[in-house]
Amino acid sequence: MAEQDHDYGFGTRAIHAGAVPDPVTGARATPIHQTTSFVFDSAEHAASLFNLQTFGNVYSRISNPTVAVLEERVASLEGGRAALACATGMAAQMTAILAIVKAGDHLVAASTLYGGTVGQLGIGFARLGIATTFVDPEDPENFRRAIRPDTRAVYGETLGNPLVNVFDIEAVARIAHEHGLPLIIDNTVASPYLCNPFAFGADIVVHSATKYLGGHGTTMAGVLVESGKFDWGSGLAREKFPEMLEPSRAYHGVKFYETFGDFGYTMKARMEVNRTFGGALSPLNAWLILQGIETLHLRMQAHCRNALRVAEFLGDHPLVAWVNYPGLERSPHYALAKKQFRAIDGQPGASGILTFGIRAADAVKAGERFIDACEFLSHLANIGDAKTLVIHPASTTHRQLDEEELARAGVRPDMIRLSVGIEDVEDILWDLDQALRSAVSG
Amino acid sequence: MSTIHELRRILATCRTLAVVGLSPQWHRPSFFAAKYMQEHGYRIVPVNPVAEQILGERSYPSVTAAAQALAQQGQKIDMVDCFRRSADIPPIADEAIAIGAKCLWLQIGVVNEEAAAKARAAGLDVVMDRCVKIEHARLFGGLNWAGVNTKVISARRPQQLFY
Repeated sequence: MAEQDHDYGFGTRAIHAGAVPDPVTGARATPIHQTTSFVFDSAEHAASLFNLQTFGNVYSRISNPTVAVLEERVASLEGGRAALACATGMAAQMTAILAIVKAGDHLVAASTLYGGTVGQLGIGFARLGIATTFVDPEDPENFRRAIRPDTRAVYGETLGNPLVNVFDIEAVARIAHEHGLPLIIDNTVASPYLCNPFAFGADIVVHSATKYLGGHGTTMAGVLVESGKFDWGSGLAREKFPEMLEPSRAYHGVKFYETFGDFGYTMKARMEVNRTFGGALSPLNAWLILQGIETLHLRMQAHCRNALRVAEFLGDHPLVAWVNYPGLERSPHYALAKKQFRAIDGQPGASGILTFGIRAADAVKAGERFIDACEFLSHLANIGDAKTLVIHPASTTHRQLDEEELARAGVRPDMIRLSVGIEDVEDILWDLDQALRSAVSG
Repeated sequence: MSTIHELRRILATCRTLAVVGLSPQWHRPSFFAAKYMQEHGYRIVPVNPVAEQILGERSYPSVTAAAQALAQQGQKIDMVDCFRRSADIPPIADEAIAIGAKCLWLQIGVVNEEAAAKARAAGLDVVMDRCVKIEHARLFGGLNWAGVNTKVISARRPQQLFY
């Protein structure tokens, strides 16, 4: 008999985790359980399910077998204990935070977050009485300085969007833990293939599965994952998170941490937040994301290789003023990228997002003309697609931010963001080159 | 080391579980776990000196008393499942050895290396710091419905249904 369980690699888990053959039909592919509800065998069975004494499905707003395969798949790929899938990345992030934060509490977050997240925290949560202090993540000590007695979590992104700055997970996790706080990391841009934030001390990971996990740009989804390592019962944490320990008012008296231990947080997020706030993921969408994840490891390698080629090409291009990609050795984030990201061809796999500015008298105008001149690079507001995507953030994704917020998020007015796809890289370079020429000549 | 194969073997062969420290209160973890195991075909033998009956089963003051009562019915306790503090484990382990149990199981947070070594030396399987319900649900299905990373990778059709 084996001394210990076999340790499966990333690619095997990307294809298999969570998906054993269906016990009834033997179906090898994951079935799409397109049903709202599940029958109870008896009144007693129903009571057991509602009391969480028996694991099982009741209603697809709470759990669904197809969605559960996605949850386990992402939990496995992140090296976490448990996961909860939500309708979108924004829903996952909201659910992750509301599971442990309430009115009167405070968050500390990186100022370089995706614009939608800045809006959710800075405006949406502020309206609910949850305050957020945004700090420059370049110096981890900025997080320490902003932590207050009422702070309940620290929030950052592995790779900021669109600045693609690399977050020092280990340093900030240490500061959060000194204060009995969990570190929540949005790992969307790196994907679990390039980075596992838990390995550097993060406690909760959130994903917009809409991006690299799906990879096809067809489907919205989000996932939150817990490491299972945060001690909600520690001397420091128990005062801050009594609701993890005390009988739940929102779910008839269950003590989540005591009852479910290292997946108590995920159960709380599922039963108290996602069940009542309604951000459930549809089974069909979960299935579509699962199709994408089966090739995540192959796609991320291709994204990284193509992005590095594109970054080098733009860096040498006479019509380009500047390029920002953490996979370039001259990037100030290169060392951290090397530490935190899986190596691809000996270089840190820095994902597929990069930004650049055009060398022109009116760089903003040139940027708009560049986007209009692209032949097959798609002008749209998503990232992480197999297709190469291009956008001008200041006039689109970040347009709700004022000038000061734009500067804090590192969005220059002339910045063009590329989400480099997995098409033939020579074709991507060709389209970039011809669009640059026509942007400047036109 | 409690591997997937070992835990599967233990949970497949141990069918009668003495649950030491089983609470009669429905929202306590011990009640959750015992009720779950009972619903999945295991016989639960409560060991709690201050309760008379839990989950429809008579409660006994000790593992030894429970084993004696079961012997009169021609039955044996296979597993001694402990919801007790780590420091309280040695005498319970001694009883588990004395009654000829196959497995000493210490729940999440319960660790006693000394008692474990003694039980192992006596031929018992020992599982520590794990929940019997969570491991059953992890390896035989159910826990995956709650989004938990079961670490089970398999292309074989499960040979039992999980409800």
